[in-house]
Amino acid sequence: MNFKFIRFQNKKIKNLIPQFITIAILLSIIIYFVTNAQINMDNRGIAFGFGFLQQEASFDITFSLIDYDGSYSYARAFLVGLLNTILVSVIGIFFATILGVIVGVSRLSDNYLIAKVAEWYVEIFRNIPLILQIFFWYFAALRALPLPNEAINFYDISFLTVKGFYVPKFIWTNFNIFLITIILAITAIYFFYNYSKKQREQFGKQLPTTSISLLIFLTFPLMSFLLFGVTLSFEYPVLKQLSPTIFTFEGGLNIIPELIALALSLSMYTATFIAENVRAGILGVNKGQKEAAASIGLNKNQILKLVVMPQALRIIIPPTTNQYLNLTKNSSLAAAIAYPDIVLVFAGTALMQTGRAIEIISITMLTYLTLSVSISIFMNWYNKKMAIKEK
Amino acid sequence: MNTLKPSKQNIKTYLPAGIFLIVFSFLDVIINSFFQINLVGFFPGIISYFFPLIIGFIGLYLIRVEFSGIRSLDILNKNINSNNFNAVLTLLTIFIIVKSISPLINWFFLEANFIGNSKEDCTGDGACWVFIKVWFRRLIYGMYPDPEQWRINIAFLSLFTLVGITFFAPAKIKKYFILFLIFVYPFIGIKLIGGGNFGLTYVETAAWGGLSLTFIISAFAIIFCFPIGVFLALGRRSDLPAIKYISIGFIELWRGVPLITVLFMASVMFPMFLPDGTFIDKLIRVLFAITMFEAAYMAEVVRGGLQALPKGQYEAARSLGMGYWRMNFLIILPQALKLVIPGIANTLLALVKDTPLIFVVGLMELAGMIRLAKTNPNWLGMAMEGYVFAGLVFWIICYAMSRYSQNLEKRLSTER
Repeated sequence: MNFKFIRFQNKKIKNLIPQFITIAILLSIIIYFVTNAQINMDNRGIAFGFGFLQQEASFDITFSLIDYDGSYSYARAFLVGLLNTILVSVIGIFFATILGVIVGVSRLSDNYLIAKVAEWYVEIFRNIPLILQIFFWYFAALRALPLPNEAINFYDISFLTVKGFYVPKFIWTNFNIFLITIILAITAIYFFYNYSKKQREQFGKQLPTTSISLLIFLTFPLMSFLLFGVTLSFEYPVLKQLSPTIFTFEGGLNIIPELIALALSLSMYTATFIAENVRAGILGVNKGQKEAAASIGLNKNQILKLVVMPQALRIIIPPTTNQYLNLTKNSSLAAAIAYPDIVLVFAGTALMQTGRAIEIISITMLTYLTLSVSISIFMNWYNKKMAIKEK
Repeated sequence: MNTLKPSKQNIKTYLPAGIFLIVFSFLDVIINSFFQINLVGFFPGIISYFFPLIIGFIGLYLIRVEFSGIRSLDILNKNINSNNFNAVLTLLTIFIIVKSISPLINWFFLEANFIGNSKEDCTGDGACWVFIKVWFRRLIYGMYPDPEQWRINIAFLSLFTLVGITFFAPAKIKKYFILFLIFVYPFIGIKLIGGGNFGLTYVETAAWGGLSLTFIISAFAIIFCFPIGVFLALGRRSDLPAIKYISIGFIELWRGVPLITVLFMASVMFPMFLPDGTFIDKLIRVLFAITMFEAAYMAEVVRGGLQALPKGQYEAARSLGMGYWRMNFLIILPQALKLVIPGIANTLLALVKDTPLIFVVGLMELAGMIRLAKTNPNWLGMAMEGYVFAGLVFWIICYAMSRYSQNLEKRLSTER
C-alpha cells in the first residue's frame, strides 16, 4: 500500500519536471527577446504601439477594390491589401477546383490518351516551384502580349493587351435592392427545397424542384429590374490615342496582368493537388457500391451523382481544404511580381516607411492565421455535415 | 440501318476505309502544322478547319467493331475508341498535341541559337540558349568568385561519392556512414565552401548563389527539419499537458502563416530581438526560418503515422518493460515513419520548391540569378529562356525525388 503511494507520487513528480523545464526555457527565451526588443526600440526612439495605423500612408496602390489614395491611413492600406489577397485567393480557389476536378476525373478516364495527358499535366505542374510558374507567366508569357493598339479583340467589348485584360464595367443603380432580391430568392429556394423534401419523404410526391428553383432564381431579380428601378448598363473600354505611337484603353475595368499571372499560376498549380485528391476520392469508393447501384437499376449519371460522389466527397474534402489553405498562403507570393496584396502593401511598403517591423509583421502573420483558421473552421463544419450519419 | 453498322461481317470493307480516313485526317493536321499547307483549303473556312476532325471521327466509327477477332484492333477500340464521345476526345487530344509540338520544337531547337557569346548572336525566332550558356557559371555558382569554384565542386562531388558509398556499403558499417553524412559532413562541406581557415580564402555568404545554394539550403533544412519534426510530433501526442499545448501552438503557428512572411520575419523582425550589435548571418537566419517552417509540416505528417499505428504496438512495447524513449525509437517510430514515406517525401519536395523564396531576403539561388541575369542591360528580353531553363532544372530534381520516394515506399513495404 505504502509502496504504491510512493510510486504514484514519484510518477506525478516525474511528469512535472520536464514540463517545468520546457516552460522555463520557453519563458526565458521570450523574456530575453522582449528585453532585447525593448532596448533596441528605446535606442531607436520608437515606442511599441499601433497608433501609426491612423497616420497618413502617403503611398499609392496600383490596384484596389475600395477607394484609396495616398491621403488614406495605413489601416486603410492594410484593408486594401487584405481585400486584394482575398480576391486573388477566391479566384484561384474557384478555378483550381474546376480544373482540379476535370483533371482528376480525366485521370480515371477509360480513354488511355486522356488519362495520360491528365497524368502528365499533374506531373509537370506539380513539380515546378510555384514561384517559377508565376515568374514565367508574368515576365515571359504575358509580356509577349500585344500593345493596346494591336490588342487581341474579343467581339469589340474585351481586349487583351500587355497592360492587362480590359473588360466591360458593370454600372448599377440601386445595386442594394438587386442584392436583396438575390438573397430573398436564395432563401425562398431554401425553404421550397425543404418543403419539397418533406413532401417527398412524407407523401411520396415528386415536385419539379429544379425547374421551380430556377424559376424563383430568375423571377426575383427580374422583378427588381421591372418594379424597383434597378438598372444595369455597361461601360466598354475604348481605345484612345495619347500620342502618335502611344495608345491606351479608357473606361471599362482593367484586370491587371499581375492578377492574371497570379490567379493563373495559383489555380494551375493547386489544381494538380486537387486532381490527386479527387482521383484518390473516387478510387476510394468501394467497387461494390457502384455494382449495387447498377443492380438496382440506376443509370450511369445517377450512379455518379447519387452513389459515388457523396461517398467520394467525404474522402476528397479534408485534403482539399488543406489545398485551399495552401493556395491562400501561397497568394503571398504576389509580392514577387508586385501585385499589391497584404504582404507587398503592408509588410513591404508600409514597413519600409514606418520601420515598425515587430508590429507590422505580427499583424500580417495574425491576419494569415485568422484567414487559415476561418477557412478550416468553415471546412470542418462542412465536413461534419457531409460525414456519414450513423443511426 | 443495322446492316450499315460496323460489324464482323463488313469488317473487310470498313476497316481499310476507316484506317484510310484516319490516316488522311492525321496527315492533314501534320502537314498543316509542320509545313503550313492546308490540304483541304478549297473548303469554306470553318469546314476546312474542322475537316480532319469530321473525317477522323467517321474513320474511328468505321473501325469500332466489337469482337473483331483482330487483337490489336480490339485493344485500340477498348482504350481510345470505346464510344463516340471518347473518339472525339481522342482526336482532339492527338490534334492538339500535334499542333503544339511543331512550334515547341521550332522554339526549342530548329529556330534556336546555340552558338555565340552575346545577344546579337541570337538571330533566330526561337530560344536564345546562348543566354544560358554565357550565364551558366553564374546560374550554378552565383556570385562565388571564379577561381574558388572548385571548392563547391569538391564539396558536392565528395557528398555524392559518400552517398554512393553509403548506398553500397555493407549493412554493418552503413550506420556509421549515415551518421557521418548527417552530423559531420554538412559542417565539413560548409567550412570548405565558406572558407576562412586552412588556407582557404573567406567567401561571404552574400556571394553564394545559384543552383548550388539551392542544394545547400535544401540539404541543411532537410537534415534539421526531420528530427525537429519528429520531436514536435511526439510532443503533440504527449500526455504532459504543457509539452502538448506548446507543441500544438508551435506547429499551428508555423503552419498558419505563409513562408514568405516567416522569411520577412527572419530578415527584418528577428534582428530586433537580438542584443544590439549582434549579427547573425543572413543565410543562417533564412535556414533557421525554413527549417522551423518545414519542421511544423513534418510534425503533422509524422503525427499521421503515429495515429495510424494500432494501440497494441504501444501496449506490447510497454509490456516488454520499455520506457518512453525506447518504446518510441525502437518500436513506434520505425513503423510510423514507414507508413508516412509519401507524406515525408511531399514535405521535402515542398521544401526544395520553396527555396526560390529566399529572394525576399536578397539571397539569389537559381531563380534569383535568372532574375538578375534577365535585367542585365545586355540581355534584356531573355525571361522566357531563363524561366524555362530554371523550370526544367527544378522539374528534373523534383520529379527524380518523387520517383525515388515511390520506389522507397515499395521497397520498404512489408505487406505482401
